[in-house]
Amino acid sequence: MEFTYEQMQRYSRHIILKEIGSKGQKKLLNSRVLIIGAGGLGSPAAMYLAAAGVGTIGVADADEVDLSNLQRQIVHTTADVGKAKVLSAKETMEAINPDVKVIPYETFVSAENIADLIKDYDFVIDGTDNFPAKFLINDACVMAEKPFSHAGIIRFQGQLMTYVPGRGPCYRCVFKNPPPADAVPTCRQAGVVGAMGGVIGSLQAMEAIKYLLGKGELLTGYLLTYNALTMEFRKIKLPEKVKDCPICGDNPTIHELTDYEMNSCGGAF
Amino acid sequence: MASANDIKIDDYVDITDVVCPVTFVKAKVAIEELETGQILSVHMNGGEPLQNVPRSMKEEGHRVLKLTANDDGTYDLIVEKGEEE
Repeated sequence: MEFTYEQMQRYSRHIILKEIGSKGQKKLLNSRVLIIGAGGLGSPAAMYLAAAGVGTIGVADADEVDLSNLQRQIVHTTADVGKAKVLSAKETMEAINPDVKVIPYETFVSAENIADLIKDYDFVIDGTDNFPAKFLINDACVMAEKPFSHAGIIRFQGQLMTYVPGRGPCYRCVFKNPPPADAVPTCRQAGVVGAMGGVIGSLQAMEAIKYLLGKGELLTGYLLTYNALTMEFRKIKLPEKVKDCPICGDNPTIHELTDYEMNSCGGAF
Repeated sequence: MASANDIKIDDYVDITDVVCPVTFVKAKVAIEELETGQILSVHMNGGEPLQNVPRSMKEEGHRVLKLTANDDGTYDLIVEKGEEE
């Protein structure tokens, strides 16, 4: 593939970088990333990955844009209220960069469909807002040996970690099981600063880009937490892969994906 | 200035038709297509490209072999591709 003049202009700041160059940019253009959740985390991730020229980006979300989303979900605009989030996201992303093919999946991820959704992608971004989905994404990615970025945001706090098969613990090694329904407030109940999605979702995009390029150190084996009020980032070293982890351990006990029950208002983080 | 006639050129790129920062980008895209030790000739304007392109090529680990000034104010930069990362 030869770069057009427009592509040399568009990606000039990437191509100039030693770690990317024209080969790295071609890698990005030939890469496929699936973003699950076109919300607070998925918005900046989707926009930066589209701008970066990640050639194929899947976006999965069953919701429509609601006015209360717009304080943080920057891929959607006021005119998009009532529109399917995946279509609104696709329009924004392709407007940013027509090089990118956006594949919308207007569906909730479930035990039934997730294996099929993730199978053709190189990297998965978990931008969901609830524990059942987070555990489902973890288990499906471990089973399919797909790398993914986990993240969660609430109030003035955010966290993320990266899973790559064979390179450290999975989300379930660290968090075991979903908390009981209603044990943790949702961001609907607890609130979240919109810019938190920007900070953490952008970090997820950065992890995806580094993974696709094969450059730098990933957040595998670490949990990065961010407290905006105290302005502290903490990079917490996680234990090695847990030997008896029910999904990625030596003798896994989970052989089939299950849908955990959602809490009463349909979401958590 | 010495002429480039005694050096075997593997590829040639004209960056007089683009402006900064695409000048270096276009040259970089061209040299990344070559193998280590192969030679690229870069045809460029004076001023900004003359100032930046040879320096950036060196920073990327390539070897600048020769710079020739032409009568029309353009320059030809002969670069040997360095080791890949």
